[in-house]
Amino acid sequence: MIQFEHVFKRYPERGEALTNISFEMKVGEMAFLTGPSGAGKSTLLRLIGLLERPTRGDIVVNGRNLATLPRDRIPYHRRDVGMIFQDHRLLPDRSVFDNVALPLVVTGLGHKEVGRRVRAALDQVGLLKRERAIPVALSGGEQQRVGIARAVVGRPPVLLADEPTGNLDPDLSKEIFQLFERFQYVGVTLLIATHDLALVKSMHYRTFSLGEGRLVNDTRGW
Amino acid sequence: MLKPHSRRRRLPKLAEQFQIWLGQHVQNALATLGRLFDTPVPTGMTVAVIGISLAFPAALYVVADNLRTMAGNWDQTAAISLFLRHDVADEAATPLADQLRKWPEIARVDIISRDSALNEFRALGGFEEALEQLKNNPLPVVLAIYPQAAFALPAQLETLQNKLLRLQEADFARMDTVWLQRFQAILDLIQTGVVLLGGLLGMGVLLIVGNTIRLEILNRRIEIEIMELVGATSAFIRRPFLYAGAWYGLLGGLTAWLLVTLALILLQGSVSRLASLYRSEFPLAGLGVSETLIVLSGSIALGLIGSWIAVERHLHGTEPN
Ligand SMILES: Nc1ncnc2c1ncn2[C@@H]1O[C@H](COP(=O)(O)OP(=O)(O)O)[C@@H](O)[C@H]1O
Ligand SMILES: [Mg+2]
Repeated sequence: MIQFEHVFKRYPERGEALTNISFEMKVGEMAFLTGPSGAGKSTLLRLIGLLERPTRGDIVVNGRNLATLPRDRIPYHRRDVGMIFQDHRLLPDRSVFDNVALPLVVTGLGHKEVGRRVRAALDQVGLLKRERAIPVALSGGEQQRVGIARAVVGRPPVLLADEPTGNLDPDLSKEIFQLFERFQYVGVTLLIATHDLALVKSMHYRTFSLGEGRLVNDTRGW
Repeated sequence: MLKPHSRRRRLPKLAEQFQIWLGQHVQNALATLGRLFDTPVPTGMTVAVIGISLAFPAALYVVADNLRTMAGNWDQTAAISLFLRHDVADEAATPLADQLRKWPEIARVDIISRDSALNEFRALGGFEEALEQLKNNPLPVVLAIYPQAAFALPAQLETLQNKLLRLQEADFARMDTVWLQRFQAILDLIQTGVVLLGGLLGMGVLLIVGNTIRLEILNRRIEIEIMELVGATSAFIRRPFLYAGAWYGLLGGLTAWLLVTLALILLQGSVSRLASLYRSEFPLAGLGVSETLIVLSGSIALGLIGSWIAVERHLHGTEPN
């Protein structure tokens, strides 16, 4: 589902952020991406979502070779890759409902179908009753769950999360990770960047370790 | 739990795609208009500036149009007044007029007999005493000569005048066209003014709309970024800004039309009073249907182009950096 072959990413100002990364994830696989700050975790996720292009190497996601994907196909690729961020990236002046609906609205889906799917997604993250609230009225954990609902509402086959629990206490983090596990059960491929090593260890999933832009470890879960 | 879609998403059928496309457009256009009315003060100001800018050339056009109509009415006055020699009597004028009517250059000849000229003179008032002193009528017979439309150009009129003066009965002739020529020149000048002013103020409208849309894009940076993140096409992101530009244009055009029409209503009173002094009526012509359509489609086009420029310069689409 996600395939990296000798991928390099160089920033002109900062040098190499990723060096010779190769790995493969199967459909429905869930994996963690760990490493110290500045190791290149966010960069790797941004390459998968085509927020950036690699300097060298091939990336194939969901059967698409991202190196040759023309610019006007990028939006369609992004619809297949749900992305979750540490800072949620919600629209502060829109309701929970409108935030979650955004990925559907941009595809031109009809009102009724949007409503149905948004409520299904909100139900999954336990926020069905807060659809009229605006993000600032929610707790950090709730805001993150809105972000998750927005990422999954279009039912993408790939879900990426960049330190989704960075600002949350351990109990809430655990809840969020259990939510991710449920997506994995239904066949979503998940890659989650985190530095919460204790939690990673307790969950026994495949774990990639990055160090200074290199893939230093790839431990199988069981 | 919702299942993810299969490996590659099914592309919708063409008819389905068209329906989605049309639905998005209608919804987008209305939503954009709603957004404009959500902030009535800045929207109103932008629309007013556009309206006033467009009202200037439109008003000048209306002025030129009315002057042309006015000149059209005056065209019917005789182009050449041929004064006959004093010894030519009223009776002799009739066969001469018949003869002249056969000339190909001439459309119509009216005889102003000595008596009728005198009566007209009396009717003007103020000359009664002077006229009483005269033993006989000092006025000559005058032939009012109206040329054929095809011979009404200044050079041809001069040829005609010379030809008329060679007549035995002719004393002198007066052409009534010099002022008409000047008037035509003024009309041409105003028309050039309409084009120049329209061009300049049209550029102004482009800049106003462009700048308004630019600010709107900057205001919505975060929203645009997030929409790109969740898979909005660049066309989808651009659309509301282009619609906003078109709406600004349309509302500005309607404002311009309203301003010109109001100005005409206010002016009609004084124009009617002026016309009545000349014992005539002069209804002012406003912007007709086709002119109104030109103003509106022009203003929409300006709004669209202005927003297009802003969108091209400030939205770079979903290209990863
Ligand atoms: N947009 C960018 N421009 C320049 N350098 C960047 C950019 N993004 C990341 N980097 C650099 O790439 C390296 C990896 O960063 P990042 O992927 O954010 O690491 P992590 O997410 O693991 O903390 C860092 O040295 C960072 O400074
Ligand atoms: Mg990071």
